[in-house]
Amino acid sequence: MKTISAAENTAKQRLIKTSGKNDRGELRGKIIISIAAFIIILATISITVFLAVKGLQAFVADGVNPITFLTSTNWNPTDDGSSQLGAFPFIFGSLAVTLLSALIAAPIGIGGAIFMTEIAPSWGRKVLQPVIELLVGIPSVVYGFIGLSVLVPFIRDHFPGIGYSLIAGVIVLSVMILPTITSISTDAMASLPDHLRDGSYALGATRWQTIRKVLMPAVMPSLWTAIILGMARAFGEALAVQMVIGNVRDLPSSIFDTTATLTSIITLNMGHTTYGSPENNALWSMGLILLLISFIFIMIVRFLSARRRV
Amino acid sequence: MKKKLWLIAFAFLLIGLLVACGSDSEADDDAGDENNENNESNEETDSEASGTLTISGSSAMQPLVAAAAEQFMADNPEADIQVNAGGSGTGLSEVSEDSVDIGNSDVFAEEKDGIPADELTDHKVAVVGMAPVVHPDTGITDISKEDLIKVFTGEITNWSELGGNDQEIVLVNRPESSGTRATFEKFGIDGNTPAEGVTEDSSNTVKQIVSETEGAIGYLAFSYFTGDDVTPLSLDGVEANDENVQSGDYPIWAYQHSYTKGEPTGLAKEFLEYLMSDEIQEGLVPEQGYIASTKMEVERDAEGNQTEK
Repeated sequence: MKTISAAENTAKQRLIKTSGKNDRGELRGKIIISIAAFIIILATISITVFLAVKGLQAFVADGVNPITFLTSTNWNPTDDGSSQLGAFPFIFGSLAVTLLSALIAAPIGIGGAIFMTEIAPSWGRKVLQPVIELLVGIPSVVYGFIGLSVLVPFIRDHFPGIGYSLIAGVIVLSVMILPTITSISTDAMASLPDHLRDGSYALGATRWQTIRKVLMPAVMPSLWTAIILGMARAFGEALAVQMVIGNVRDLPSSIFDTTATLTSIITLNMGHTTYGSPENNALWSMGLILLLISFIFIMIVRFLSARRRV
Repeated sequence: MKKKLWLIAFAFLLIGLLVACGSDSEADDDAGDENNENNESNEETDSEASGTLTISGSSAMQPLVAAAAEQFMADNPEADIQVNAGGSGTGLSEVSEDSVDIGNSDVFAEEKDGIPADELTDHKVAVVGMAPVVHPDTGITDISKEDLIKVFTGEITNWSELGGNDQEIVLVNRPESSGTRATFEKFGIDGNTPAEGVTEDSSNTVKQIVSETEGAIGYLAFSYFTGDDVTPLSLDGVEANDENVQSGDYPIWAYQHSYTKGEPTGLAKEFLEYLMSDEIQEGLVPEQGYIASTKMEVERDAEGNQTEK
């Protein structure tokens, strides 16, 4: 941190002080940038407020018990007012696919990052970087479609169940969040100062020892940030998961069983429900839960960034 | 001093922009109103329709209405019709809020919660028939309603119990809010709640799942029965086809409704009349796999009671 602030100081000193006519340009820039910042803040706040108002409607206006909503496994919305709205299976489904896909993608992504920065910095990066950028550019519906036409039949033929399953969603999501985890980890590893490596080698450590005992501990908070950001993406993904997970309202009994996520239930039902009906309100509440969990992800990321030592 | 001047100038610029935008849209509105008025006064002289019309709602109806709108606009270059799909619930909500002129729905407005059905006028544009479909290898082509209920409620779990091949039954459902599911639940399995199964919204995905998964059963509109990918089941010996729906012998069908708030006026009225004309009912409607509502020999009310026409 200290080195950065020192750099800033010198930069400030080097800045040529302008006066007279140029002041105008200065102010104009300031206004444009302030407006941009203001719009971003306003958009975030208004989305949060809107979602909170809509999402609390189910509890305030329809008298749904928040505890029941969060813990009950009984989701049976009807139009005659006797709806049972328990979203626990979907919350569980969302968390399950997110955690499991992070579990698969994190080791691969971090491994790829180490390969690109430590093992083969020159050609490794040249080959892997474009591959990863390409993965980012593929739209989620394409991932979903590949999952539907390749992965699901494969799982159906080789494992118990009908193919549509938690594991299909997990695999599709792992591929989708892999680039996020890899690219952030790569940047973090690359930004490690060389004197860490040199010092370690000077002490007689092998390359593997250097990576494991010196570099990994130093870069750990950044790696966690990479994983959490990947999880945030997995958590919010709707389309690709919806196509392969089966969208069943029950808790899965195994990873080969069908289940549903918050996002898949929202996208499946939103258009069919009428504004203000209990089911529509419950879908908004699920949206609010998604937002709150995303906030938690962001808070974890911020907490980890504050702990970053290098 | 200069800073303040700049700020003030900028503020004025912003306000000016906002006012300009505001007056622009007002001008547009005025033009629209005038068009509509022209429209009404011109009706007697039978000149071309003009103005703008926005339609939203049922995604199942979107292709039909959009195709009809295209033909209508070709005949009436002055008219501008926008057809969006967003689901029946969206269509009904938006038409009762007056944000669109016509809301399409594949269920009666009375069946949806929170919709002021008495304020809406129903136009039954077409009829769509649906049938249970199975994977071709199940060995079943006909099913009694009693057995169909047992299959969908999970009482029967293997096709061999119905004389078919030894295959586990895999249910493929629609989301509980979908109109297709509402129709199938009401007329196919007499109001029973289906057991849990794979749930997909799009008919194409349902067709793909049923055609690929051994022992799968789902339900589809007649227009998806192309090729041998899936086998439609006849119900109590009555084949699932247009003629049997028209005569009232085959029970699983639903109207495709176009709702307007109050009685339709102006362009909305002309377009709805166009939808009900023989040109569309005998042309586009069967072409797109629907059944002409003018050809129905029976009719049904919101409670599902069927009467001879």
